Amino acid sequence: MTTIDPKSPAAEGAPADRYLEYSAIDTGYRAVRWHEKTLYEQSRPGSTNAILPAVEKGIVDAVGDVVAALPAAARRARPPEMPELSEPEILRHYIRCSQMTYGYDSGNSMGLGTCTMKYSPRINEQLAALPEVKALHPLQPEETIQGILEIMYGMRNWLCELAGMDEVTFQPRGGGHGAFTDACMIRAYHHARGEDFRDEIITCAVSHPCNPATASAAGFKVISLYPDEVTGELGIDALRAAISDRTAGIMMTAPYDTGVFDSQIAEYARLVHEAGGVVSLDQANFNGVMTRMRAGDLGADMVHFNLHKTFSTPHGSYGPGAGAVAVKKAFRDFLPVPVVEFDGSRYHLNSDLSNSIGKVGTFMGMVPNVVKAYAWVLAMGAEGLREASEWAVINNNYLIKKLLEVRGLDISWPNRRKLQEARFSLAKLHDETGVGTLDFNYRLADFGVQTYFESHVPRIVPEPVTPEPTESISKEDVDQFVAAFHHISAEAYSNPEIVLTAPHRSIVHREIHDYENLTQVPFTWRVWKRTHPDG
Amino acid sequence: MSERSGGAGPTAGAASTEPGGGPDAGVATRRRIGLIVNPLAGIGGRVGLKGSDGAETVALALALGAVPMAGARAAETLRLLAEGAAPGGLRGHLPGGHSPEIDLATYPGEMGEVVAREAGFVPTVLGSIQTGATTGADTRQAAEDLLSWGADLLLFAGGDGTARDVFAAVGGRVPVVGIPAGVKIHSGVFAVNPRRAAELVTEFLAGRAGLEDREVMDIDEDLFRAGIVSARLFGYMRMPYRRALVQGAKSGNPGGPSTLRDVAFGVLAEMDRDPGAYWILGPGTTVKAVAHELGIEKTLLGVDLLHRGRLVAVDVNEAQLLAFLARKPESVRARLVVTVIGGQGYLFGRGNQQLSPAVIRAVGREGVVVAATLDKLHALGGPLLVDTGDAECDAYLSGHIKVVTGEVDRVVWRVTA
Ligand SMILES: Cc1ncc(COP(=O)(O)O)c(C=O)c1O
Repeated sequence: MTTIDPKSPAAEGAPADRYLEYSAIDTGYRAVRWHEKTLYEQSRPGSTNAILPAVEKGIVDAVGDVVAALPAAARRARPPEMPELSEPEILRHYIRCSQMTYGYDSGNSMGLGTCTMKYSPRINEQLAALPEVKALHPLQPEETIQGILEIMYGMRNWLCELAGMDEVTFQPRGGGHGAFTDACMIRAYHHARGEDFRDEIITCAVSHPCNPATASAAGFKVISLYPDEVTGELGIDALRAAISDRTAGIMMTAPYDTGVFDSQIAEYARLVHEAGGVVSLDQANFNGVMTRMRAGDLGADMVHFNLHKTFSTPHGSYGPGAGAVAVKKAFRDFLPVPVVEFDGSRYHLNSDLSNSIGKVGTFMGMVPNVVKAYAWVLAMGAEGLREASEWAVINNNYLIKKLLEVRGLDISWPNRRKLQEARFSLAKLHDETGVGTLDFNYRLADFGVQTYFESHVPRIVPEPVTPEPTESISKEDVDQFVAAFHHISAEAYSNPEIVLTAPHRSIVHREIHDYENLTQVPFTWRVWKRTHPDG
Repeated sequence: MSERSGGAGPTAGAASTEPGGGPDAGVATRRRIGLIVNPLAGIGGRVGLKGSDGAETVALALALGAVPMAGARAAETLRLLAEGAAPGGLRGHLPGGHSPEIDLATYPGEMGEVVAREAGFVPTVLGSIQTGATTGADTRQAAEDLLSWGADLLLFAGGDGTARDVFAAVGGRVPVVGIPAGVKIHSGVFAVNPRRAAELVTEFLAGRAGLEDREVMDIDEDLFRAGIVSARLFGYMRMPYRRALVQGAKSGNPGGPSTLRDVAFGVLAEMDRDPGAYWILGPGTTVKAVAHELGIEKTLLGVDLLHRGRLVAVDVNEAQLLAFLARKPESVRARLVVTVIGGQGYLFGRGNQQLSPAVIRAVGREGVVVAATLDKLHALGGPLLVDTGDAECDAYLSGHIKVVTGEVDRVVWRVTA
């Protein structure tokens, strides 16, 4: 464990940055900072890049004046206000922006719990970038896209097997979207049975917030259960208090975002079914249980996976996600369309499901992600998946053992075995030093490792810390992460000011989280200009 | 009984969302804090007297060798405030890391001046006292004087008796934070401990706290000495609460923020599902907010009876309730809306004794609608409590119960005796 040398610069009040330089775990990381303006602000009227040739006469003769064909009301009075810059300037801008970010490929990103930051093999990127994939048109006739349909159908078969389900849709663009698809199917299911009065979805506070949120968006009332203080599970008694003749279903995450796998899910499913409800599991956190349990076997009617987490396709920062939803036979008819079918010799896209909730996205779904995920699954094989989840759990349990040696840090539900992640608490450190989890996290950035995920809300565990080492990280990565924790904890106890004023090596000092005013955040240039008339 | 005096009437929904420090709270300005220490609070407890109300008890306690504790408790809070070092402290939370400068005023000697100076404050000292023989009248006078001085918040150290005195003087006109130092702490206006009190004041000064109506309660000490807890609700004062647990738009609370108004709409939705029922409305601002949305003027501290959107009886006692329940047609259900005592967690048995075991049985567990904001529940950090004085009834109520926390939001919370 790191201790503070009384003669170190930190003890003498030198800049915190200097202090870190004296430690063995300094990576030398310093964020690149550019005073980078938006492209709009950099715009120089008149500058341009590619100059397109005029349309050839033959083409004009053949198609005529295409603009003239537009109705007057659809035509712009003024050209769109686009930034005017040269190509190298634009390239430079995006390179600089990328230099100011920190991502999976920059370094140790095991801190980001519930995100399953595993390595995305580069070869799969190359596969998805092949012209046979990239240049497909989403409206090509079926007989010309048999290959891609075969890939989708193959991935469907794998997911059916892993989930213990009968059909899969690749329409949802992410996990939250997958949960929304579930909520819509639950609604459609009760509607088809003439039971529209079922307007309550049961969920829990250790499920991902997309479960209650999407249930609510689909028009349901939401009943949240809380984990028992000792077991970390919901418990039959609590569930019974929530179930009624208005129960439409349960939407819950398994394992929980605390790393606890609720041992009573099968019983919850039985009780919900008995009350006439539908059971939806959110298995975006599937990584620690691949090939070891199947949602369908536990009684779930539907389950969603995140291809962009468990199945290795890249994600983070709102990259292209892909949520796959698998359902039991009884719910096949409610799936969004189209679904991929195979008649023994040809693959088809079927958009004709009588109770379908319709479209939740365009065309065939997130095809490139399916390609990458399928390539990954085939490369791993069933044994490889099993091994990967084992490594993920072992890595996490090694991390737990090591982190619990850090002064001021505890783990929630200490007597429960954790799977892919665990929720720690810095409440003790906070009480004893005034350094809370936010401060701690800001300081972590100085070590050249990714900051950690704190917690979903509601924050049941005070001052939370939720890392998730997947199978992709090494023991050295875990040790580096833990060493940084020891170092920061020692700082908190001896010179908290260092931590309270962190980060010292990043491009921004502290984010101002003003979530309550989210509606006032200018997300586009146009809104910015409207809300900041004086610049 | 005087209800919340200076309050803006029943629009309690607004009170719970209002930022603690007003519009400019985020800016480091000078803020005025009034401090009251009841030096004799808690003095009876250590020597087993179960309370410190009344000159005789105090004299007896001192004779038994009791040592005053309130000063030390207040000193801890003040020390943390002076250092700005309360966890989640001032530095981290204010723009630019500034601490707001605190102007402190207090009463002489052991009523605040001594501990304030010890902590490094240079307080404005008001009023006068008779050292060694302070009484509730001094607390009331101090509260009034500090309010006239312009306190943004009153910080007081004491117990339920002290809270009642502060309430009698200033009602709901100024936010308060109680430092628990008494024998009896049944009111919701106390922080869990002196450190948390410092945190709450810090959050308030930083403009990050919400304000919530909290119960002022006291039990009858004579009955308490005889082993009977009979807590009476005297009114409400406003207290800052931490919002960190449930963060606005990120709260995972799908239906929107869990304000009193949202909770009220949630209760109305439950009422719509049982339109013919008689609705017994328990005390408190949460239930009053429900009545408010119905356009009804409910008593704040009393139990009222509602039928088809109209009040049919107000401020009823247990006997009247039972008579009513006996008279109503068999086919019409009786339902009950109750809330939770803030900071304490009591559902039944504190401040709503009218809702006796007999009444609860007549309504049935499934007929009870519990309503509370999510913040209120989270701040409890533990289960809901029942103490009806009837072990069988307590057992009947124990287990898990649904709580209305918003228009479309419910949570299931544990109940224990
Ligand atoms: C359990 C769980 N469900 C759903 C999601 C949401 O996935 P997405 O971000 O793709 O919408 C996540 C993401 O963190 C998750 O951990």
